[in-house]
Amino acid sequence: MTPELGNVALILALGLASILGVLPIWGAHKGDARWMALARPLAAGQFLFVVLAFGILVSAFVNNDFSVSYVAGNSNSLLPVYYRVSATWGGHEGSLLLWQLMLTGWTFAVALFSRSLPQPTVARVLGVLGLISVGFLSFTLFTSNPFERNLVVPPDGRDLNPLLQDFGMIIHPPMLYMGYVGFSVAFAFAIAALIGGHLDAAWAKWSRPWTLLAWMFLTLGILLGSFWAYYELGWGGWWFWDAVENASFMPWLVGTALIHSLSVTEKRASFKNWTVLLAILAFSLSLLGTFLVRSGVLTSVHAFASDPKRGLFILVFLLIVIGGSLVLYAWRAPKVGLGGRFALFSRESMLMLNNVFLLVTTGTVLLGTLYPLALDAFGLGKISVGPPYFESVFVPLMLPVLVLISVGPYVAWKEGSLQRAWLELRGVALVSIALAAAIAVSAKTSVGVATGLLLAAWIILGSVQHLAQRLKAGAGRTPFVQRWRAVPRAFFGMVVAHVGIGVFVLGVTLVKGLDHAQDASMKEGDTVSAGGYAFQFKSLEKHKGPNYIAGRATFEVSRGGQHVVTLYPEKRFYVVQRVPMTEAAIDRGLTRDLYVSMGEATPDGAWGVRVQVKPFMGWVWTGCLVMALGGLLAATDRRYRQRAAQPVPSKPHHTAPLRPSQALS
Amino acid sequence: MKRYLLPFGLFLALASTLALGLKRVDASDPQEIPSPLIGKATPAFTLGQLDDPQKQFSPQNLRGQVWLLNVWASWCTSCRQEHALLVDFSKQGVLPIVGFNYQDEREAGRKWLNDRGNPYQLTAFDADGRVGMDLGVIGVPETFVIDKQGRVRYKVTGPITPEILKDKLLPLIKELKRA
Repeated sequence: MTPELGNVALILALGLASILGVLPIWGAHKGDARWMALARPLAAGQFLFVVLAFGILVSAFVNNDFSVSYVAGNSNSLLPVYYRVSATWGGHEGSLLLWQLMLTGWTFAVALFSRSLPQPTVARVLGVLGLISVGFLSFTLFTSNPFERNLVVPPDGRDLNPLLQDFGMIIHPPMLYMGYVGFSVAFAFAIAALIGGHLDAAWAKWSRPWTLLAWMFLTLGILLGSFWAYYELGWGGWWFWDAVENASFMPWLVGTALIHSLSVTEKRASFKNWTVLLAILAFSLSLLGTFLVRSGVLTSVHAFASDPKRGLFILVFLLIVIGGSLVLYAWRAPKVGLGGRFALFSRESMLMLNNVFLLVTTGTVLLGTLYPLALDAFGLGKISVGPPYFESVFVPLMLPVLVLISVGPYVAWKEGSLQRAWLELRGVALVSIALAAAIAVSAKTSVGVATGLLLAAWIILGSVQHLAQRLKAGAGRTPFVQRWRAVPRAFFGMVVAHVGIGVFVLGVTLVKGLDHAQDASMKEGDTVSAGGYAFQFKSLEKHKGPNYIAGRATFEVSRGGQHVVTLYPEKRFYVVQRVPMTEAAIDRGLTRDLYVSMGEATPDGAWGVRVQVKPFMGWVWTGCLVMALGGLLAATDRRYRQRAAQPVPSKPHHTAPLRPSQALS
Repeated sequence: MKRYLLPFGLFLALASTLALGLKRVDASDPQEIPSPLIGKATPAFTLGQLDDPQKQFSPQNLRGQVWLLNVWASWCTSCRQEHALLVDFSKQGVLPIVGFNYQDEREAGRKWLNDRGNPYQLTAFDADGRVGMDLGVIGVPETFVIDKQGRVRYKVTGPITPEILKDKLLPLIKELKRA
């Protein structure tokens, strides 16, 4: 009976979402407070029913209810219970329900933390989110119902794809979806502002923390996916420019542009049209990603079992949501006006450049992702566009952005001084060049590596100096702790996120430029060396896991005769799905990862083995974590929390005068 | 207002492409693209081999035989579709299949063949894609049928399907072998 209850819960949620999508927006249009007041309870009710449906699906997995075909297709009684829980979102239907859960969750959060917003704005924002929810709930119910039953109950399930039986995969989809769906809030705020005609600094201020949080989750989600690919796919790659990776990366790029553009709109009431467009684009690209993954138009390692009917549904949904909002944009945006003027060299113009480069980069990634699809669509053949294209267009477009990261913060709003920026950054530039040149010459690296090192030093030093200058202001008059406290958290957020980029660039440069890999056919006792490390294949034992059997090898790694570490790579065979899997063994270190993975065994008993030394790999992950931390700091700045702490409806035009310290952040 | 409609216009173009793409999901079949090389001599080149950069390969080496040149790369997702078919086909020993590893990294290429089986008599390694350009490679995978005189007789763009193999390639190979 319970799965049917899940179905009913989804139908009820759809009903509530439909009302939420219509009445409050209509109420805001007519100025009817009673209809507008419906928005919050409806948002809560919708969330409640989706939580219920999701809970029922999870319990069906935990209790091995194989009468539900989705459970039978993605789980097995041998599967450990934590993977049975995560198997809930291991396939198309369940991951769609997870998406629902996130969407209604974000909607509920907006309902909770919007006490200080004018009622029409709340009604419109929640209404728009309700409309999106209608689309996804109907998609779930009409094309991808996770509660459908098997007529004949199979004795056991077909098991979860072994690639997904991993801790990283438990949390990667929820994080990623939090990011994707989080952009729906910025989108809803933008649409609400377009409908209401109030595109002002207040609107930017409300959208900002939500956008920053969504961006933070997306950063973490992409990081986890990449991290997983690195250790689970077994050959040490971590970014493949695969269509689905691109689908998550494009909203990230536009989202990055959006958080910068929002700051201009908030501080200077400028870039308004542009910010609205970016908010629409960020969410549109999230939706496009959904289409690409689930419609089967692109072949990808991530592709869900595809079904053209689903593809058609999402395409129509895309047309309504994206097409509708772009038409609304074309209709309302011309009346918005340009906002504050600024000089050719100013903080605004720097941020404008940042936006242009990020958007052009998104465009090239989009082009590369859709080019095979377009060629196929026009009958010109099937091809793959791979890393050679993406790397050759992506890197040159990112270089100016990386240079600008350290320049922008040193330029004043409205009108900056090129001379002053140069005076302040001269030292950083010289030290960075000297540092990069010294390392490049002593380690005999390529020009590419030297450039990467230069940029990383430039970004990190520039950001740290910026913070130091900020803390030095007023030295002597006020104690350090007081000066530290006076710096807004958003400022720390910016510095931290920028340092994160620097750390990331450093990691990518070194791991791409200086890694060593060796493929060898090895028998027990053989030794192979790479990057100054010797890897000895000691022994091979049999090993049995809950739903797989494995051969576990022992490798002794030494350097210059000194023992470094013992690694245990495995070759697993998952008995239900009958697939072999490689479990790489990795020794992570501050300056290098040692990576051993097992390939195939040859008839004479030798094993294909791949050993790798990947310098500074951990810095790539650390950089992403630091970036996300920066996002979190900025999102929890005092000025966003204040209004959440004041449940009293504020005066509509009340905005606190900016203190100079805030104006700079 | 006109320039504000630009994003919408771009989106419509994108959406039509997606719609066309969707229409083809069902009826998907790799296309034949007319290649200017058909009927002409295979461009001369010499490349190191994937396994051993010291060993050279040139199309001259296979003069007098009918053979397939299959362009692939480890980063190419559609290559995975045809790879199993190629491995099976190579076991029948109908004709030599030469791999052409295009714009790839040597290790990644080797790993790919290690993991998925190697249908190739040998694989020429074209790291920077220059020879690929001479061959007019527009995408990966591509497969050339080359006759005894070293002329390109046919080209498949996209993965080889069982139908293409049965209906197009095998009859042609049979005919060329008899000539």
